Amino acid sequence: MQLTGDLEKTINAVPLLPFDERVLDLLNDLSKRLIKVREYSDVATFGFWCRKTALLKEKRNYDDLHQRLGKGVVFHSTPSNVPVNFAFSFVAGLLAGNANIVRLPGKDFEQVTIIVNAITRLLEGEYSDLAPYLCFVKYATDKELHDKFSSVCDVRVVWGGDGTINEFRKSPLKPRATELTFADRYSIAVIKADAYLKAEDKQKIAQDFYNDTYFSDQNACTAPRIVYWMGENREDAKEAFWANIKILARERYELAPVQAVGKLAAFYRAAAHREVTLVDSDDSHVTRVYVEDADDNLMEYKYNSGFYFERDIEKLEEILPISGERLQTLTYLGLTKEELTEFFAVCRPKGIDRAVPMGKSMDFSLVWDGYDLIRQLSRRITIE
Amino acid sequence: MTLEMLLEKPPFSLEKEPKEAVLTKRLLELTNFHTENCPQYSSMLRAVGFDAGKCASYYDIPFLPVSLFKELDLRSVAQEDVFKVMTSSGTTGQAVSRIYLDRKTASTQQKVLTKIVSEFTGSQRLPMLIIDSPSVIRNRAMFSARGAGILGFSIFGTDKVYALNDAMEIDVPAITTFLEKHQGKKVLLFGFTFMVWLHFYKELIKLDHKFDLQQGILIHGGGWKKLASEAVSKEEFKQRLMDVCGLANIHDYYGMVEQTGCIYMECEHGHLHASIFSDVITRRHTDFSPCAFGEPGIVQVVSVLPESYPGHSLLTEDEGVVIGEDDCPCGRSGKYFRINGRLKMAEIRGCSDTYATNW
Repeated sequence: MQLTGDLEKTINAVPLLPFDERVLDLLNDLSKRLIKVREYSDVATFGFWCRKTALLKEKRNYDDLHQRLGKGVVFHSTPSNVPVNFAFSFVAGLLAGNANIVRLPGKDFEQVTIIVNAITRLLEGEYSDLAPYLCFVKYATDKELHDKFSSVCDVRVVWGGDGTINEFRKSPLKPRATELTFADRYSIAVIKADAYLKAEDKQKIAQDFYNDTYFSDQNACTAPRIVYWMGENREDAKEAFWANIKILARERYELAPVQAVGKLAAFYRAAAHREVTLVDSDDSHVTRVYVEDADDNLMEYKYNSGFYFERDIEKLEEILPISGERLQTLTYLGLTKEELTEFFAVCRPKGIDRAVPMGKSMDFSLVWDGYDLIRQLSRRITIE
Repeated sequence: MTLEMLLEKPPFSLEKEPKEAVLTKRLLELTNFHTENCPQYSSMLRAVGFDAGKCASYYDIPFLPVSLFKELDLRSVAQEDVFKVMTSSGTTGQAVSRIYLDRKTASTQQKVLTKIVSEFTGSQRLPMLIIDSPSVIRNRAMFSARGAGILGFSIFGTDKVYALNDAMEIDVPAITTFLEKHQGKKVLLFGFTFMVWLHFYKELIKLDHKFDLQQGILIHGGGWKKLASEAVSKEEFKQRLMDVCGLANIHDYYGMVEQTGCIYMECEHGHLHASIFSDVITRRHTDFSPCAFGEPGIVQVVSVLPESYPGHSLLTEDEGVVIGEDDCPCGRSGKYFRINGRLKMAEIRGCSDTYATNW
């Protein structure tokens, strides 16, 4: 196991107040260093997100912080193949007032090294008082280590999907400890055809959709797997929309032959079991599969690397059959907040934790997967 | 031309145009047959919008990725007519292909294999040295592509001897007896490429005793993937075997359990050849259009044999290059090509730990 920090001190650290000034200053200094990283847009995005001004704005969303303290020690197990997610996770832990044991991604990412080095330097220098609040570990799946960290933490935060969560469930927590799990989820997009056709900047929309999908190989839980089309002139809108996506994907997305074959196999697999139609197959970068109906089971056939199920709907409520607990993000274009609010109030879906404009699906927020991270990672004190 | 008529013809006797006509007719026939008899295949073709009436060439018949045979039970005959189920070799934990054969398909596979191989070995059956251990056939649990390959090729052999013992060590006494018995006669050697290299060649060079295999014909297949770490080229493979035992007549072959029988043999000029029973089309991954000669692409294979399962047009996971057609210096008609190897794996991002067992 690789370790950066002092595990003993982390385990014994005294909780902090949420949005502690020193923590905000530390993150602001970290931000200054990371914003300049040009090679990795995800690092710069994280840097931008943890500016003090941005975080103070987040702070204003909470009216009970004066009654709150960090829970103590948070153990984060972060996803093995997403580079920067671990950083958002530990920042949430710090902001809530905790000491954090952070299990780094299994794969070696340059982004991880950049962030860990930057914050370690700050903790070894000017912010040595905060050093106990962060400890990075890296190890291959190992029951004994899972047990060890699980037994000392007050909250266990597990990213990485169902498989990893099941592994961790075998390691007991302290009786009062709690757990946040980020399970396997999927996402959808809803586009109002007429709104798209009227939109001025179709290149910008294509870029937004690209960021929601291809940027993560369309394999992040936030990446839309189904595109629903509403409104008038749907066929015109589809044609224009996908033509723009193809141009961008051909230019930017490196599609390996094995991915093209994988997508073709995924299509046939779906076709063997369900009523589907391949639409417009002249470019492997975009695989469009029109589906006659969409329910939870359709997601058994989902695939990545630019593989889209598509479906026409008249009303938003027609997405209800797919809106089970596994549905995480609804990315939209042309819908109003009122329409969405009404949908949630009237249809009351079991799933969908966030509805965000197209292009925003990957934007991290302190409310994630339906959890308010600051409140879940802190405790509220009653004084009467 | 019916399949029966085709079976009467020499295996490398059709040039481009007549071959295209034969393949288009027969493969469309098979497409229709499987559409009627395999509901899943029928759904797939409907989904892809295939219209047999508008199909002018076998190039336009849909190709199924071979991985589908790992995930779906695809057959076009009733369960009670299944004569045997072939499975691909897969490493532990990997899904294997399941190919359902009825008596007729199994028998035409054998006939076609015989026709193709006889072109290189002659029609006489030859004493045969199998470069493997007898357990590969005996052990039913292991019985997969390797066992099936050996059994399939065994029909070309008379006095069959295994060159390796159960511990996968070279069986010097067995080979010695075999060679003494058939001294001066042509003998057939058969084995999988990596077995020939790792367990035969590499052991031969350690022996004090030298075997004389100048009269041998080696047929080997199964791919070079496992030898990639050894960095052995095809040329070096041949040269080294020549050096260690005088073996000069060496033919690689390309084939797969999904289209057993229709193997592609390497000629004297180092080219793999498509027979009149099958063809290769290399395709561009960007739109699946056919590649030009000389341009590497994903290998599609078509075969006129599969009747019991819809495997007459398949997209493999191999990269290859069609070098030319009808003009190989060896004189055989049809396309000739080479295989570059497996398509490279891609690292896909994502939130879910697909590599959880490793990390």
